[in-house]
Order: sequence, then structure tokens, then C-alpha cells
Amino acid sequence: MSGSRAKKYRFHSFRRNWDLYLLFSPVIIYFVVFHYVPMYGVQIAFKDFIANKGITGSPWVGFKHFERFFDSFYFWRIMKNTLGIGLYELIVGFPIPILLALMIHEIRSGKFRRFVQTVTYMPHFLSTVVMVGMIMMFLSPVSGLINLAITALGGETISFMTEPGWFKSIFVWSGVWQTMGWSSIIYLAALAGVDPQLHDAAKVDGATRLERIWHVNIPGIAPTMVVLLILNVGSIMGVGFEKVFLMQNALNMEASDVIATNVYRSGILGAQYSYSAAVGLFNSVINFILLLTVNRIARKVSSSSLW
Amino acid sequence: MAQSRGDRAVEWMIYAALVLVSVVVLYPVFFVGIASISNPENVMRGEVWLWPKNISLVGYERLFANSELMKGYGNTLLYTVAGTMLNLVMTIAAAYPLSRTDFKGRTVFTILIVFTMFFSGGMIPTYLLIKDLGMLDTFWVMIIPSALSVWNMLIMKTFFQNSIPKEIQEAAFMDGCSNMKVLTRIVLPLSGPVLAVMVLFYAVGHWNSYFNALIYLSDRDKYPLQLFLREILVQGQMQEMVDISDDSLARSMMDAEAIKYAAVIITNLPMLILYPFLQKYFIKGVMIGAVKG
Repeated sequence: MSGSRAKKYRFHSFRRNWDLYLLFSPVIIYFVVFHYVPMYGVQIAFKDFIANKGITGSPWVGFKHFERFFDSFYFWRIMKNTLGIGLYELIVGFPIPILLALMIHEIRSGKFRRFVQTVTYMPHFLSTVVMVGMIMMFLSPVSGLINLAITALGGETISFMTEPGWFKSIFVWSGVWQTMGWSSIIYLAALAGVDPQLHDAAKVDGATRLERIWHVNIPGIAPTMVVLLILNVGSIMGVGFEKVFLMQNALNMEASDVIATNVYRSGILGAQYSYSAAVGLFNSVINFILLLTVNRIARKVSSSSLW
Repeated sequence: MAQSRGDRAVEWMIYAALVLVSVVVLYPVFFVGIASISNPENVMRGEVWLWPKNISLVGYERLFANSELMKGYGNTLLYTVAGTMLNLVMTIAAAYPLSRTDFKGRTVFTILIVFTMFFSGGMIPTYLLIKDLGMLDTFWVMIIPSALSVWNMLIMKTFFQNSIPKEIQEAAFMDGCSNMKVLTRIVLPLSGPVLAVMVLFYAVGHWNSYFNALIYLSDRDKYPLQLFLREILVQGQMQEMVDISDDSLARSMMDAEAIKYAAVIITNLPMLILYPFLQKYFIKGVMIGAVKG
């Protein structure tokens, strides 16, 4: 667009675009009420919440609730589980979609390619409840397919869901099953953007297929990988409430109690609002710091970052 | 150029790996399908694994006879339709102004909105807010707090910016169109693909949503399907459906298994039927979103 036309297009004044602001106003109200008011409400983490005085009227108590959390019997268990599951998920869940995308990209037969994609994307649309339900059906010690297979092969029945040692692996690998296909789409998009001339040049130089994947395709999607890695690291501590909560039971608690479920139990069920808010805030702040740190490192060592 | 032997070996390995991955992903869903229409006794003995055996619809019969569950189905349908409509309106109301370079304050608004993706007040302050607003146990709590997804809004905004030529809008302004007219007569009619994608994303989200209902609803009359599903699949609460006085214990245990398989299928039926047709739209949605990275 040329300069003068751009000027004509820009009406500048608020008056000219008043209807756009009118259209936008419900959005502002929504974000203020449902996102920024809760952020303001986070101050109850530093107060002793008294229901009839409200959030603002309750007395300040400083870091009392944080100290209680750090000193609590469960602190190390929760931290170990939250970080353990988060890291496990990152190490397994990050490279697999990349690998899948690199393989799908090599398929030239359109039909087979579409079939693989259709199949691998599908589990993404199953709800968490159904997903956990299926995990429990397949792993059931009485009627589960896995245990039937184990006993058919002469092994011993394993009570997967009540064995703390199994919890993290079940959680992470079922997550891989559900999301690897969907997460690979973004890499496939990036692979489609790799310059075919680079491949031709590599072929002329006598590069084998694996060498071309390694030296052309992977560098081609590196920026996408960096951005997604940052996002994944930023959510290490944000191990999802829904699935953990559904998979949790009294017997696997030792391995399954994470920050989010702890906040739910003591806050929503136990009505210890201030304490739970403090635990939740601690979690958000660490996550946010992680995100900022990784983003900064990424900007230093490579050219791509979130912002 | 002819392929070298090494290249061909690599290609075969990739094919084999992808076939394996497809089987591993597809089989559990396939199994649930055949198990749901087989005699539960055969399923529990491990005799059903490739083909249904002794067709029996007992799981489905028990499910359909349960009025609470059917009510839940209806509730979910209502939340999905109403919620998706609200989502669509709100997403357009956010994305269109932010896509316009002459909308003053767009940078500030965008930053404030995107910030909420990375930092939030958390479960407890949000819960207290919903409580103070008197929204606990209401229909509204299922649609208003999730009225807008920042991610979807960014997808739509990117689409408006990249796929709707500025020149068309400009020409319309020259002809005296107002902002609203440009939006409803020009921009939205040209936005079919992104609107379809938004409807799909949001509808699936509402259909599967469970967290808000768990936290904010205690009235069983308002429960969505997923909460009943949790009782059946995860907590194994099926006393009403499995008549213990009538059947033997072994019998009712088997029926309980059949009910679980059937429950997974009827919950996902709309999705399983529509999925092959809708798949390309979903991918398009991710692609549009991926442009920005």
C-alpha cells in the first residue's frame, strides 16, 4: 500500500472507529472480569481470608501461607511429583512428534500418508474423562486387555493403577498416544516450507536420504522446535489438573499428588482459600520465570524466540 | 534419480514404523468399539480382540434406560450449542478490531490479552470470583467464563490480517460503508474457512469440557455428560444401571464392563462419525495458527 493511500485508510480518530470500540467492549469487560480480577484476587495468598470481609477487607499476614506450604509434610512429595512428571513429559513428549512429522514427511504415497495422519490425529479429540476411562479399562487387573496379554504370555497380573511406581509412565505415555499426531501438524507445516532446492543441491552432492533429513529438514524446522520447546518448558510445572485428578486414587497418591490437585483438595474441597491460593501462586510464578528464562536463553543462542 | 539401496532401506523402515504407530493408535479405539457390541463374558475372558463375538447390546440398553445420563447428554448439547455461539461472537468481536491497523490501542490490548495465556490468578481466586458473581450452579457458569480462547482469537486475527485483502475493505469505506457493514457484509462472508474451524474447535472443547462442571456445579440436573461419564468410567458408580438384586454378582460385574465400553462409544459417537469429514478443517486451523509460530 502506498503512503498516501495508507493515510486515507487510517482514519486515526477514535470518533471515526467508535463502533469498533463498541464491538470490542464486551471483550475488554470479559478479560478484566474473568482474567484480571482473579489476578488482583491473588492477594488473598498474603492474607487470612475472611468470607464476610471479602478479599480486600481481609487482614494481611505476609508470607505465612507460603511458609506453611514450604514446611508442610507434603511439600517435597508434591514438588518431586510435579517436576518429575513435567520433566518426564518434556523428555518423551517433545521429540516424538518431531520424529513422527519427519517420518510422515518422507512418505510420498498420498493415500498412506493421509491414512497415517487421520489415525494419529484422532485421539486428540477424546475427552480426558474418556481417555482415563480407557486407560483404566485396558489396565484393569481383572478384565484389562494388557493384563490378559501378560497372563497369556505367562506373566503375573499387574495392578497398574494402584501401583505408585507405574503412575508417571502411564500418565506420560498415554499422553504421547493421545497428542503425538496432533502436535506433529505444526512440524509438518514447517517441513512443507523447507526449500526444495536445498534437497536438490544435497542430492547432487550425493547425500543419502538420512543425511538429507539430518542436514536439510531438521535445520529447516529448528526455529519451530525452539518456539515449541520454550512453550513446553514453560509448562513443566503446569502438569494438568484434569488428567492427574482423574487417574488419582488413595493408593497411587504417593506418586500422583501434584500442585494442582493439592490446590483443589485444600482449596475447593477444604475451603482453605488463602493457603491454596498461595500454593497456586507459587506454581504460576515459577512457571512464568521458567518461561522468561528459557526464552532469554533461546534468544541468545539462536535467532528464534517467543518474543 | 534412482534410489540407492540404503535409501530404499530407510524408506521401508519408515513405512514399517508408521504402520506400527497407526496400529498402536487405532487398535484401542477399535477394541472399545467391538467390545461394546460383544457379549461381556467373552470380552472378560479375552476372547474378543479382532472381531465382535456373540453380539450383545446390553451395555447400550442399560445406558439408554438411564434417565440421568440422557439428561446429561441433553445438557451437554445445550452447553455446546449456546457456548459455541457465544464463543464465535466474542472471538469475532475481539479479532476483527485487533486485526485493523487503524484501531488505536491494539498493541496494548493484544499484550494484555496474550499475557493471560501465560499468567493467571489461579483456581482459588477464580472460584471465589465465580462465587461472588452468584454464578455457582447456574447454566451461565458453563459458557461465560470460557467465552473466549486467546489462542483461537489469535488464529482468527491472523486470518483477517493475511487472507482478507485490505483493498476490498478500503474500497468499501470509500463507498461509505460503516465498520460494522464492512465486517458483516465483506469480512465475515470471506471468512468461511476460519469460521468453520472456530466452530469445530470450540464445539469439541465444550463437548469434552469437564473441569468447570466439576468445580462449579453441584446440582445433578445441570451436570454435563462428562461428569456422569466420570462416575461410570472412573469411579465405577453404576448401581442404578446394574440391578444387583436381580442379577448375580458375576453377571452385574460383566454388565458394568459392557456399560463402560458402550459409554465411551456413545459419548464420542458424534465425533467418530464426523471426524473423517472434519479432519481437514481441523488441520487447516492448526496451519493458520502455525503461520505466526
